[in-house]
Amino acid sequence: MKTSVFSVCGMCSARCPIRVEVHDGRVTWIEGNPYVPGMEGSLCARGSAGVALLYDFERLQYPMIRTGPRGSGQFKRVSWDEAFNYIAESVKKAQAQYGNKTVALLDRGAGLFGEMQRLIVRGLGSPNYFNHDDLCRKNVDLAYQSLLGYARPEVGYDWANTRHIVLYGRNAFEALGVREANNIMKALENGANLTYIDVRVSKTATKATKYLQIRPGTDYALNLALIHVILKESLFDRDFVDRFIIGLPELENFIKPYTPEWAEKQTGIPEYEIISLARQLSTDKPRVILYPGWFAARYMDAFYFAQSVIILNALLGSIEQKGGLILAKTPKEVGAKGLNSLLEKIPAPQEKRVEAEEGKGFLYDGAGHILHLYRAIKKGEPYPVKALFVVRYDPFAGIPHKDIEEILNGLDLLVTIDVNYSTTSWYADVVLPNSTYLERSDILGMQRGAKPAFIMRKQAVKPIYDTKARWEIVKGILAASGAGEYMPYETIEDIWNYQLEGTGVKIEDFDKTGQVALCKDAKMYSRDELKFKTPSGKVEILSTKMAEREVPYFLEPITPAKPNIEEGEFRLVFGRMAVHTHVRTLNNKYLNEIIPENELWINDKIAAQMGIKNGDWVEVSSGDFSGKIKAKVTPFIHPETVFMYRGFENEVPWKTRSYGKGLNEGRLLKGAFDRMAYGSHTGALFENFVKVKKA
Amino acid sequence: MSIYFIYQDHDRCIGCYACEVHCKTKNELPVGPRLCKIIETEIKIVGGLPRQRFVFMPCFHCEEPWCVKACPTGAMQKRSKDGIVFVEQSLCVGCKSCITACPWGVPQWNPETGKVVKCDYCKDRVDQGLNPACVTKCTTKALKFVSAQEASRLKREKFVKDTYGSLY
Repeated sequence: MKTSVFSVCGMCSARCPIRVEVHDGRVTWIEGNPYVPGMEGSLCARGSAGVALLYDFERLQYPMIRTGPRGSGQFKRVSWDEAFNYIAESVKKAQAQYGNKTVALLDRGAGLFGEMQRLIVRGLGSPNYFNHDDLCRKNVDLAYQSLLGYARPEVGYDWANTRHIVLYGRNAFEALGVREANNIMKALENGANLTYIDVRVSKTATKATKYLQIRPGTDYALNLALIHVILKESLFDRDFVDRFIIGLPELENFIKPYTPEWAEKQTGIPEYEIISLARQLSTDKPRVILYPGWFAARYMDAFYFAQSVIILNALLGSIEQKGGLILAKTPKEVGAKGLNSLLEKIPAPQEKRVEAEEGKGFLYDGAGHILHLYRAIKKGEPYPVKALFVVRYDPFAGIPHKDIEEILNGLDLLVTIDVNYSTTSWYADVVLPNSTYLERSDILGMQRGAKPAFIMRKQAVKPIYDTKARWEIVKGILAASGAGEYMPYETIEDIWNYQLEGTGVKIEDFDKTGQVALCKDAKMYSRDELKFKTPSGKVEILSTKMAEREVPYFLEPITPAKPNIEEGEFRLVFGRMAVHTHVRTLNNKYLNEIIPENELWINDKIAAQMGIKNGDWVEVSSGDFSGKIKAKVTPFIHPETVFMYRGFENEVPWKTRSYGKGLNEGRLLKGAFDRMAYGSHTGALFENFVKVKKA
Repeated sequence: MSIYFIYQDHDRCIGCYACEVHCKTKNELPVGPRLCKIIETEIKIVGGLPRQRFVFMPCFHCEEPWCVKACPTGAMQKRSKDGIVFVEQSLCVGCKSCITACPWGVPQWNPETGKVVKCDYCKDRVDQGLNPACVTKCTTKALKFVSAQEASRLKREKFVKDTYGSLY
């Protein structure tokens, strides 16, 4: 028998809409949802390799409780009830000793279906929900919130209709989302400019109409100079600036010393290129997109960098503009009702989250600061966090062993809920296997945008192993902990019906294409209607949010330290590839076959001085860790930098295809998890130097 | 030649390797054989810009395929209706003559079955009026499944567009 279901991919966090074909209970075909523009059947390598994940023997198959020392890999198989009861008892014990807030949950990110796991912490009476955004998008999030009052996921980009895209190391064709890539491609075919700024030539750079190699850590300096030129030469969108920007005189005053000539010395990008880019952007305005990045947790000034990108967009009038930035509309704004929240039924905890007790001087938002969480676990301050849940995230795959050890020493209970056998699971006390996205249904998701829609991930086949859907796992934990009333649903349909109550949408409405749009046409505000979600309703360069938290409006640029290249010292920069998702897919048989390990990119002139040839083994070290990797000698990387694709060298011996292959950049980030960036307290992962020598 | 051709738009191709995986999952292949391949060229500076090409290599379905001639059992065949070259699995004895004969390295050894597999343009899909898996699911729609004449027209158009900026 042949069936076809519409669902949502789960191989990375782009969550592309897909169509899955099942023949006699076996998934035989996955393609991009043919009804969704930009997908139309298309799927990336990871998306197709979902089949290999589903039928992989080397993934989590049943619940386990640790029997040997942490990290020994000694576990026993247990029943789900045993696992739930073990967790409930351990949590109860910790909470009796340290209070409810000693429980924390660490999530990959809220995303489309993220409300589910938030039920765990709230159900257990703790405020401590954290996600990985500190090491990813939080700077962008906070920059948007402080300037526009919108959160990062509430701002979309009209790639397809733009005239000029500026990407700062945002490697859109390798850190790949199918729709985004196709829309950028469409713009390029229609003659749009793509200015790509990076320390190395990525695949995106090879499609750009302009590539500018920048000195690492100086993107902020470049932007200050762009703002300088735009203000000095009156290249901005006067109408937008007059109507919407608060703080222009202060900005003008701040920006005075940062001329293109000054920026040339900082960035290595010639003065004329900076002036020419500013003028070009002005010609192309308002249909321009300067993209503040996704992975923007790179340097100490990353928050102010992200702000400078958004300020540039505002000066050029590209916000809420065809071919520019599009503000997401709430269901209410398009005349519809949103999904009912599952969290609403649980009383909000009275106590404060870890970083809320830290005082002022930095910004925070809905999800906690992971670096503060790490510190709380390690030092017990401001209070001890003893029980940690980790959901679909592998925090230990990207940090040095010493940090892992310190965190583990501070914990009484570590529970992981994941599809993969992650490094974190390897150290966990209880491992709860989640069914793959093809074997489970999730709660309904809300896709934000100019045309908001509800989206459904629907089970294609029954679980192959003894795994459960996330809602079943959450239900089990809460029931065992005596908080079962917060999760009274018996089936996923019960949950969907509750979420859809009063919206006028029915479960069957998803059968046709897997999603239900809440309005017919995309909604855009004219400038007369436009009002931002800041207290003033304007773009606040003098941000109320920042003033409240005593965070300075402007940051003087700091020239990044120069590594001692003669001694073999470099700045370590890393990034993503189209074939793998961080650390999650390295063991997938099809993806591993294509890219089994990473290489270290190193500048050819420097390599020649060091006697390193292409393909040679080199030793990379930082502090107490060193590892070996093959060198890729190339002229297309800044001499101060070495680069590697991230996530390799899996440490779980059970994953035989990827075990020990390549080098994990996380192990080299000595001290990076104690360093908190200006204004945002997020991670600054590229502020690390490593030593390289021929092995 | 086959009456079909897979045309690759190099400007659209981003070297994401999805085609290889689409092919492998469709054909439920083990680790080892790859029926189509992406070959990355070195990055070069062209007109002041860094450029790199990703060459898509399926089977060319030759006019007079050496693999067919080399096959002692008649397992390697060329369909008369459309020129698709394929392996009749029930006849293949795994002697690897075709692998030696093909100058492009197209026929591949399947260690699980002990037989040869190769790109057959997903002929079961083609017979249903569908495109091969690599084309249907190509991330950026860089691949097109067309007739040989159509492919050469697309190539000419592309050349004119690249040279003169527009078709007219």
